[in-house]
Amino acid sequence: MATHRLTFPTSEEEIRSLRAGDEVTVDGHIIGIRDRTQIRIFDQGVEPPIDLAGALLLHTAPNVRKVGPGRYEKLCIGTTTSARMVRFTEPLGERYGVRAICGKGGLPDEAIEPMRRLGMVYFAIVGGAAALETTQIEEIEEVAWEDLMPECLWKFRVKDFGPLTVGIDSHGTSLYHDVQEAARERLEGIIARL
Amino acid sequence: MAMVETDLQGVVEDAAAHLYVWALKDIPQDLRDALAEALTRETSVPGRRVLETIVRNVAVADEEKNLVCQDTGIAVYTCRVGEGFPLHPAGIYEALKTGTARATLEHPLRSNAVHTITRENTGPNIGHRLPIVHWEFIADWDGLDVKCVPKGSGSENMSFLKMCVPADGVKGIKQFVLESIVGAGGKPCPPGIVGVGIGGSADYAMYLAKEAIARPIGTRNFDPIVARLEDELYQLLNETGIGPMGLGGDVTVLQCHIEHADTHMTLNPVAVNYQCWAARRASVHVSADGTVDFDREA
Ligand code: SF4
Repeated sequence: MATHRLTFPTSEEEIRSLRAGDEVTVDGHIIGIRDRTQIRIFDQGVEPPIDLAGALLLHTAPNVRKVGPGRYEKLCIGTTTSARMVRFTEPLGERYGVRAICGKGGLPDEAIEPMRRLGMVYFAIVGGAAALETTQIEEIEEVAWEDLMPECLWKFRVKDFGPLTVGIDSHGTSLYHDVQEAARERLEGIIARL
Repeated sequence: MAMVETDLQGVVEDAAAHLYVWALKDIPQDLRDALAEALTRETSVPGRRVLETIVRNVAVADEEKNLVCQDTGIAVYTCRVGEGFPLHPAGIYEALKTGTARATLEHPLRSNAVHTITRENTGPNIGHRLPIVHWEFIADWDGLDVKCVPKGSGSENMSFLKMCVPADGVKGIKQFVLESIVGAGGKPCPPGIVGVGIGGSADYAMYLAKEAIARPIGTRNFDPIVARLEDELYQLLNETGIGPMGLGGDVTVLQCHIEHADTHMTLNPVAVNYQCWAARRASVHVSADGTVDFDREA
């Protein structure tokens, strides 16, 4: 299991070099997004005003303080459960060139095939470790769709963001799938012994 | 008499406001110990990475005086009210509600409360029947204990109830708990505390499961039969290999706690309530004279 340092936005080539289980630390820019943000893009057909090409998306609804028109200061920024948003994986890659999605708890198996085909990965963050995550976000640079607060489209500048684990890679491997399969097998054995 | 009541209401309100924020920032020592101990047991690479990050995160929260986790949850309180406590429970409820709102506005904390149908925000972590308060009444005592357990949605969403039949026996109970936790995978931010409620009725079983997650880690049920089941399920759950954040590993749960109640001869309900690694809880003891004593470990 290798260790990588990546700056986002990034290229397909970099993404293809990652394998499930690898550790990744991120610098550069990441985009905060959540349920309502993606419902607006895909179900209501509104084009996102921030470029998503090569981007790393973070499933989040940050705690922030308003400090001026369109300006926000971070208070506590953490990550939410990703599984609810799995249906947006394919269009995010296909239409907008998104390269990575970061969240907690993993994406169901239906994300494996589009990630393989389009050259995308899923990064597992440590859910709930928001105190640490907040220190790794240097600044909130841009906010769009403030009417969806806190489920706006956020642009964060980050440094040493991580450690993240490649949960699903672009070669068809998902740790979540493998762990579930192994656990179900063990479970059968355990239940037989009860 | 009226004067005393007004004062006590203010005391309980102040205590609740402090309790909610404190619980979110400073996790109990038994939880810190359990997380450190988990790290010594974990052998998988991603699992160790997760546990190391959790321990680091708790230290950063201490240093920065920030929240341990961003999800300020739903505020749940358990009150033990002595029969001689001079403030009526109706007044205690008002004080807890106002205290929760004040904490949310003054800190400020993210407000999670929404109308369950319209999904519109209903206020600073308060609303119709929010916060949630459970009551116990104690004879021959004039004090009040309040325990605050902010409950995150990631783990609360992983709650499961099954009305087993008596013929399913204890085996059916064990199987349901194991299947629930494997099915939950990484979603409830493991490793955490698995609360199991057995017996009573459907609603009471879930209440008992919730009571179980709020116990100090590793405490055991007073009934030795149930305590043995806690030990066994704790072992078996960790054999599943789900691991920290569901990435695979030796530590799937920090503990398994069970609360039980006697039940009807044709009932065998079992409820599972998951508490994530950020198992926040904090307590306060209020005396009849208004003296306040905060206790993180209760
Ligand atoms: S499940 Fe717990 S640790 Fe995870 S994000 Fe929710 S409250 Fe935080």
